[in-house]
Amino acid sequence: MTLFLAALVLWMAAWWLNTRIAGSSLASSYAGRVAVPVVFGLSVLAIWELVVRGLDVPQVILPAPTVIAETFASETGTLWIDFRQTALKGAISGYVIGCVAAFAVALAIDRSTFLRRGLLPVGSFVAALPIVGTAPILVNWFGFDWQSKAAVVVVMVFFPILVNTVQGLADTAAMQRDLMRTYSASYWQTLLKLRVPAAMPFVFNGLKIATTLALIGAIVAEYFGSPTRGMGFRISTSVGTLELAMVWSEIAVAALAGTLFYGAVTLVERWVTFWHPSQR
Amino acid sequence: MSQAAAIEAKNLDLTFETGDGAIQALRDVTLEIGKGEFVSFIGPSGCGKTTFLRVVAGLETPTGGEVRVNGTSPDEARRDRAYGYVFQEAGLYPWRTIAGNVRLPLEIMGYSKSEMAERVNRVLELVELSGFENKHPWQLSGGMQQRASIARALAFDADILLMDEPFGALDEIVRDHLNEQLLRLWDHTGKTIGFVTHSIPEAVYLSTRIVVMSPRPGRITDVIDNPLPRKRPLDIRDTPEFLEVAQRIRKGLRAGHSYGD
Repeated sequence: MTLFLAALVLWMAAWWLNTRIAGSSLASSYAGRVAVPVVFGLSVLAIWELVVRGLDVPQVILPAPTVIAETFASETGTLWIDFRQTALKGAISGYVIGCVAAFAVALAIDRSTFLRRGLLPVGSFVAALPIVGTAPILVNWFGFDWQSKAAVVVVMVFFPILVNTVQGLADTAAMQRDLMRTYSASYWQTLLKLRVPAAMPFVFNGLKIATTLALIGAIVAEYFGSPTRGMGFRISTSVGTLELAMVWSEIAVAALAGTLFYGAVTLVERWVTFWHPSQR
Repeated sequence: MSQAAAIEAKNLDLTFETGDGAIQALRDVTLEIGKGEFVSFIGPSGCGKTTFLRVVAGLETPTGGEVRVNGTSPDEARRDRAYGYVFQEAGLYPWRTIAGNVRLPLEIMGYSKSEMAERVNRVLELVELSGFENKHPWQLSGGMQQRASIARALAFDADILLMDEPFGALDEIVRDHLNEQLLRLWDHTGKTIGFVTHSIPEAVYLSTRIVVMSPRPGRITDVIDNPLPRKRPLDIRDTPEFLEVAQRIRKGLRAGHSYGD
């Protein structure tokens, strides 16, 4: 009970501290902006720890953060193997293939009304299919290893990138197109010098949405068959053997990987679309 | 039609088909612009002055009559890169630097690297933007952006410059300054300039000839030869000759158009 009360006190203290930081002159400084979420995150972890220990919550319901950290530290080898299998092989390769394919199809759709009428509806139809329905089929087609996970990821990331790119390619002012006409620029010159750069803010919207989809797709696809490694495989088998600390460790890896992936794409975006009003 | 003309239009008609019927943007427009002339087009919205410029540029196709640019069709003239076009907005590409924007037409037309650099330097100097090569458009004021867009139109050295209200969105002080610069530029490049404007003083100050137009249907109501000398200080705008030309334009505009009262 004392631990539970300590959790309450800690919660109040952290709350008070964050309110003070947010209200002080620190709020607009870099240190202040970093401190607020850090204090919040640490207090959530500490309160979690104290509540779980204070109320004797069973390990299978919710393991304490320290237990998860212990498992994480002792199982880094396994976690790394799973990460490589799911994130590096499945998610990233699927992401790259999906992005390139979507971009190429967007260019084709943009060039031809016939394809726009034909392919866009098919694309939105495929995007509407639930992943738990398509994943088993793709696992059937491409085998248990990472190739089938990459295929699931391709299906998931394809549509958001396609739609955003098609929209971006259409996003040029009449005046800018007229300007290229006065130079009698060719289709490809107009595409490369005007339309593709102008489309980049839209393309990156799609790319950012796709990062999270890629990881979800690669993990979920492993539930329908995989070799004896992979983050999705580990989560489903560890739940079965009640090793919840391992499940949480995989979740931590997924959260970390997802954040880093998203952050990396955001950095590239800032570099490519530095000229856009939202970036400068 | 004479040989020396840069732009010739004969009985030009252009009708736009719209949702609520046909709009006659140009009717029976006949005009000849000689090489080296500075011709302004003035008139209220919808009088066809921009449409006329776009027809000359090959951006619109007339429904009747004939246009020749340097003795060829507007489309051929466009492919020959016979003219530079300056739009109402600067329309610089934000992902390119100022030098990069001026280089754009040169890249499309396939100039060599060294020639591109040389031309970019020269035209930026001409519009007094040397030193801003590596800035991006959003770091410059509206007047500077418009000057960069003029440099872009000058970069490939076409002998015709078509300008569609290039200074319309700028304040009067900046506009005066750019008018002076443009006049100086015209004086020592000898280009043929077609200039669309809403401003009577601007038209009188800049042009050798002023074409007054009126709407519904878009047509020419008066063509005025400007008696002012080629060298024009800004204060020429207070002379009786200047005011007389302005007066005649005003009368032409009023005759061609009733504002509904």
